[in-house]
Formats: sequence, C-alpha cells, structure tokens
Amino acid sequence: MTEERTRGGTAGVEAPVVLEMRGVTKAFGPVKANDGVSITLGRGEILGLLGENGAGKSTLMKILYGLYSPDEGEVFVDGERAEIRDPKDAVSRGIGMVHQHFTLIPALTVAENIVLGAEPRKGATLDLAKAIKDTEELSERYGLRVDPRTRVADLSVGAQQRVEILKALYRKARILVLDEPTAVLTPQETEDLFSVLKELVADGLSIILITHKLGELLGISNRITIIRDGKVVETVEASGTDEGALARLMVGREVLLRVEKTEAKVGGPRLSAEGLVVLSGAGAKAVDGIGLEVRGGEILGIAGVDGNGQTELAEALAGTRPAESGLVRLDGEDVTRVGANGRQGRGLAYVPEDRGAKGLVQDFSLSENNALKTYDEAPFSKWGWIFPKAMRRRAAEALRAYDVRPPDPDARAGSLSGGNQQKAVLARELSGDPGVIIAAQPTRGVDVGAIEFIHRQLLEQRARGKAILLISLELEEVRSLSDRVAVIYDGRIVGEVGPDATDEELGLLMAGRTGGEKDA
Amino acid sequence: MDEIFGAPGQLLASTIRNATPLVFAALGGMFSERSGVVNIGLEGLMLISAFAGVVGAFLSGSAVVALAFALAAGLVFALIHALMCVTFEADQIISGTAINLLALGGTGFLMVSVFGAGGTSPRVEGFGEVPIPLLSSIPVVGPALFSQSVLVYLMYVMVPATFFVLFRTPFGLRLRATGESPEAVDTAGISVGRMRYYGVALSGLLASLGGIYLSMGILSAFTENMTNGRGFIALAALIFGRWNPIGAAGAALLFGFALAVTFSAPQEAIPNEFLQMIPYVLTIVALAAFGGRAIAPAAIGKPYRKE
Ligand SMILES: Nc1ncnc2c1ncn2[C@@H]1O[C@H](COP(=O)(O)OP(=O)(O)OP(=O)(O)O)[C@@H](O)[C@H]1O
Ligand SMILES: [Mg+2]
Repeated sequence: MTEERTRGGTAGVEAPVVLEMRGVTKAFGPVKANDGVSITLGRGEILGLLGENGAGKSTLMKILYGLYSPDEGEVFVDGERAEIRDPKDAVSRGIGMVHQHFTLIPALTVAENIVLGAEPRKGATLDLAKAIKDTEELSERYGLRVDPRTRVADLSVGAQQRVEILKALYRKARILVLDEPTAVLTPQETEDLFSVLKELVADGLSIILITHKLGELLGISNRITIIRDGKVVETVEASGTDEGALARLMVGREVLLRVEKTEAKVGGPRLSAEGLVVLSGAGAKAVDGIGLEVRGGEILGIAGVDGNGQTELAEALAGTRPAESGLVRLDGEDVTRVGANGRQGRGLAYVPEDRGAKGLVQDFSLSENNALKTYDEAPFSKWGWIFPKAMRRRAAEALRAYDVRPPDPDARAGSLSGGNQQKAVLARELSGDPGVIIAAQPTRGVDVGAIEFIHRQLLEQRARGKAILLISLELEEVRSLSDRVAVIYDGRIVGEVGPDATDEELGLLMAGRTGGEKDA
Repeated sequence: MDEIFGAPGQLLASTIRNATPLVFAALGGMFSERSGVVNIGLEGLMLISAFAGVVGAFLSGSAVVALAFALAAGLVFALIHALMCVTFEADQIISGTAINLLALGGTGFLMVSVFGAGGTSPRVEGFGEVPIPLLSSIPVVGPALFSQSVLVYLMYVMVPATFFVLFRTPFGLRLRATGESPEAVDTAGISVGRMRYYGVALSGLLASLGGIYLSMGILSAFTENMTNGRGFIALAALIFGRWNPIGAAGAALLFGFALAVTFSAPQEAIPNEFLQMIPYVLTIVALAAFGGRAIAPAAIGKPYRKE
C-alpha cells in the first residue's frame, strides 16, 4: 500500500499508514487547485502542510472532509479505499476537521455546538445533561478548557478553537485536520494548543496541520509536505530542515524572512489621538484614555495580547466605531466627528483585522470590492453613473501589483484563498496613495513570501513619508517593522519601547506590569 | 368600562378567539424562519386552509374531513413555497407574495366553481364550543378560557409543545442551527435543504390550523379574503416575540386583545375606522420599538448553496 511513494517526496512514513491520498486533482474553472497531489499520514504523526496562499492546501483538506468532490484521485483510510462524498462519510471514517474559517454557531451554547448532528438522546428528546457531561469529560481529558454552557458568541477566538477540536473529538476522530489553527491565536494560546496536539498524538491520533508559521511547523511536526501551485514539491523530515529551506521550497526562490529597514526620515505628526475612550460592543470601556501620535515617515507598532482594546482602537481611529470621548486628529484637523468615509477622503487607509467580515464583501467581485470605497469618484463614476470597465481596469492593475491570485477582477471575493483575500484588501487600501495607514494584523494568514511582500510595501510607504500605525499580535512583526513600539494593556498604553526591546521587556509590559524598564 | 366594552369575561373570551389564529400562524412562521426561510406567505396559507376546510365540511359534513382538507391545503402550499425557496433558491419574499396572491385569487375563483357564487360560502357545520367540565365553571375566566372550540385547546397545548420541540429535541437543535448557520449544519453532516423543507412544511400545517379556526371555529362559512391581514399580524407577533414560541404567543395574545377591542366597541364611542386601525398601529409600534433589537436567525432569507 505504501510502495507507491509520494510524488517528489523523499521522507517516508515509518509508523503504520492511517491515511493516504493518491493523485488528487481538483479544478475550479480554469484554476487547478490540486493537480495530482499525494500525501501519506502515519499513526501518531503530525504532518505539516506548507504552501503559498492559494497553493491548494485548504482545497485538499476539504476534499478529504467531503466538502469538495475531487475530479480525480483516491483516498485510503487504514489501507482501505474510502469513498468520501460528504462530511458524514468523513466523520464515519474517523476524520475530523477544524476549518480555517470557524463553523461554530454563535447563538448556540458550546455543548449544543459540539453535539449538533450527533446528539445524545433520551427517548425522543435531546439529552442536554449528557451533552454537557460528555463535553466536560473530553475537555478534562485533553486539557481543552471551556465551559459547555456558555454561548459561543461570548468566547474568545482561542476558546472557540478548542470547541472546534472538541467537536471533532466528540465524533471520535482518529485523524484530525487543522487548517491554520494558529493564525488567530496569541503566542500563549498557540503554546496551549500545541501541548493539546501532543497529548492527542500520544493518544494515537494522527494530525494534519496547516500553518504559515515556519517556526511552529518545525517545532511540532514530524514531516512536512510542501505544495506549490497545486502540486507536491517535496516531503521533508522536520528535523532535517530549517526555515530558509522551507521558504525556498514553497515559494521557489530565496525569501527574506526579515526585511531590511532604512533609516527613518521622520516628519510632522499626521495621525494623533488624545484621551481617547472607546466602548466595546458590550458597552465596556475597551479603550480607556489612549493618547498617541504617528508622524510621517515612521511606523508606530502597537503590541499586546489580543483583546486588550486593539480592535476598538483601530476602529475608532478609522472612524468605523464612535469615540466615547477624546480627540482624533488627522493632519492637524479634528476628525473625531467625521465618519469613516470622510476620513478616507482625507487620506486615511484602513486594513481591518477581520478581512472576511469587514474588509471584503464576499459575494462581490474583486473589481467591485476594489472600488468599494471610491465607487462614487472619478474614474469609477460620473453624474451618478458607474463605469464597470474603469473599475475592472483599475482592479486588474491593483491585483497584479499586489500579486493576488488569481488576478481576475471578475472573481468572487469569497472564492479566493484566505491569504489572497488579505492581499486584495491591501491592494485596495494602499493603491489609493493614502497619507496615513492603519494596518491591523496585515499579515494574518498570509504565506512567508506574501509577508515579505507586505512588509516591503509598508516600509516603502514609510520611506515615502506616510504615517503608519501597525497593530499586530506578532511580536516579531511589530519589532522588525516599527520605529517605536507602544504596548497596549487593558485599553491603555502602558509603555513605549524601541524596536530592539527584548522579549522579556515586552512580555512584562504586555502582561500589564509597568514600571519595569521604562515608565510610560 | 363595562358599558363600552361589555363584561370583562366577554372581552377575554373574544381576545382568545381572536388570538388563536394568530398564535397558530405565528408558531408556524417560527418553524419556517428558525430554519432560515422567511414566510410572509402565512396569510395565504391561512386563507387557503380556511377555504379548504369549508369545502371539506361542505362535501362530507364531517369536521375531521374538514380538518384533513385544511391541513392538506396548507401543507401543499407550504411545500410550493419550500420548493421555490429551497430547491430553486428563489427570493423568499417574492415566493411568499406569490403564495398570498395565489391563495387570494385561487379561493376567489374556486368559490365560484365550487359554490356557484363569490362572497360568502354556504354555512357549514363548524367546530362547536366544547366546555371543559369543572374548569369552565370557574367564574369569569372559566367560560372565557375553557368554553371554547377544541382548536383553542389545541392552541393551548401547541405553545408549550412547540417550545419543547424547538429547545428540547435534536430536531429543534438542528432546525435552529440551520437558521443560524447552514454552513455549520452542512459540515455537521445534516442536510440543510431537508431541515428547511421540514420547517416550511410545519409552518403550513400550523398556519392551516389558524385558517380553519377562522372559517369554522369563529364563523361557520368562508368569506373571501377573510384573513384580512392576520397572517402579517402573526408575522409581527413572531418578531415581537423574538422567534420564541412563548414570546410569539404572548404577542399574539396582545394583538388578539386589540382585535377584540375593535370588534366589541360600539361605534358611537369611538369612530369604527379608528378602532380598526388599532391592531395594525400596535403592530407597527411593536415592530418599531422591538423589531430592531429582536435577534433574527442569522441566516434568515438567504438561500443556501453548497460550493
Ligand atoms: N470555491 C472555490 N471556487 C473557485 N475557486 C476556488 C474555490 N476554492 C478555492 N479556489 C481556488 O483554488 C486555489 C486554492 O485555494 P485554497 O483555498 O486551497 O488555497 P490555500 O492553499 O488554502 O491558501 P491559503 O494559505 O491562502 O489559505 C485558489 O486559487 C483559490 O482561488
Ligand atoms: Mg487555506
């Protein structure tokens, strides 16, 4: 069963093979998302899947889970040919999946979400007590802390992810697929997740893990299969490779994992906030009196643990969330009462952190999305009339410049891979030649090649005298791009350090411990 | 008070009678909308069943046959709505409007072909009042609540029953999940289309109980367009009640009270036209005050297409 080696692969499996996908091909119209892909997974193994945005990783996994049907190819589970037509087939074969975009239902409780479709019954009724008990047992056993009675809407992203994993385990998954589970997690949450995964493989489960974070992948996986343009390039032992080699394999060229930064030529203040107070959706003070100033030609990084007011700060500065009190100034003008559209007209660009919900209209074409904020200006419209041709032409230019794949203005935004959606948002925001840029998690879910590209773009804007506010959960990113790093904790800026601050320094500030090295 | 609106007992009895069709229709709408399908066709579903029930009674003289006719008519029309919305992914508002127009025009046409004339059908044997021993002898509320048609008693049972189905059974969980996130339901291996068919079918059955109660519980004949906007009031009650059976029933009772006031007030006291506005004004006020804050099923109104 394993005589046929993975195409181009060098590292074979030693443990008994639990899963084999052979010659999987899947085309979406002209795009060949998977082109004869073969992978193998051994028992108790963590297999990493690595590839650029749009390489076809999610597609391959969706085929495995029965969400897409392949044009060609076969799947073998425990050596037996498995016909997987829908998720039910996959579940009955012991395959579980944690999707790139969560599939939990916010209005339902954790327990309800977990048992949905496989409900414990007492007669004809739903045995909620048993659902809660089963959930508690599972979460106990694998250290996946979560209260079964809370509504999913009230959970943090990390907790939601634990629910997704519990959902798969509840269905007795022996093969677990995780599609970019760490993209939205804090470093601490990632660590917790990985210790859970280790627990699971020790228990005999096998895991396929997709992530763009090379360091993580090297740390936790046994083997790594690299996919480029829908084809397997190679399968390598994690112990015998390094980040540079992996990046080279996936992109097909040398990648700078850390871009060079030129000397800052700092100008006058362009974006500033004074005593800014912003309420969260629930009405709590998410931003509690923040003052900051971003000058032309510099990047101010905001570091912090997720959920300390970053989202609300970005939205209040961009004008999509009202400020409770305080001032926002754009190029000296008080814009506190000016809406998002007015601020954008004054040269503010905003890359929101949740590209799916807030950055793009999923059902619109890329060209419509590209003109979303400027559809009412020339050359897109005149006398209340819209010119789709101009929109399409501009979009095509922007998409090519930002290497969005496919660069097709007529493609539906929702059909793009996760990372390419992010690039499409950046293309729109940066191509308007803005003076001030607010970038929240600009590289979330994008591949190393694209990270390099996005970092270059931001630094280029900086060199051209633009003021950039960078909000990121990735310490590495904040440090490598920023000229100054402000740390946010509990809605306040608790300190400001240089980009050469140590992990310990930043870590202490991020935990809310002020007065360590420098006073705020 | 008494001189204007009659005895409190009478007003309560009239409230119950007016609320009953609204409660049935609102509960029906709830099943449909909880599955993610907007059902503004409740009006038409009630109307066609009110008519079908009378035809059944007219042909057989049996209340059971009448009920079967009404249920069948409601179910068939609901399935047409499901076919349009779920299978053909048509716009749900347009499909619902089509159901309403079809029911209105269809019953008008069939009146002539079945009974030979439009307007009002011949009288049929309706559902009589069946006083419940003991309970009906409680002063004031007894006769009002427990000296009613069996359909009213069925309505009393239906409110907790639908609550139970929705919140205490696997079916209810799946239905709620389908209205919130069809994608999640799909990945859980449940057929979204099937759940929506069930939801819409249940709405047809429940709305038909409301319809037959109008023509054979309150009256004993069918009158053209006798629903007269009740399907829409029921929809408002559903929203006002936040898609919850208990809440929707409560709202339906409130609207039923408004209708009862309209019908029982003598013309001299307040102009009739003004009184007749009350249920509708109340509906608008309720929607304006609570509609915006009511939390609709997240995926309501959107056809689900598997990629
Ligand atoms: N439903 C779809 N319709 C049309 N094209 C699709 C669809 N799903 C994926 N594609 C295309 O298939 C290719 C592979 O996409 P896929 O989502 O598998 O990439 P990925 O490797 O998971 O990328 P990322 O790292 O950005 O998530 C892309 O070019 C994408 O645009
Ligand atoms: Mg993907």
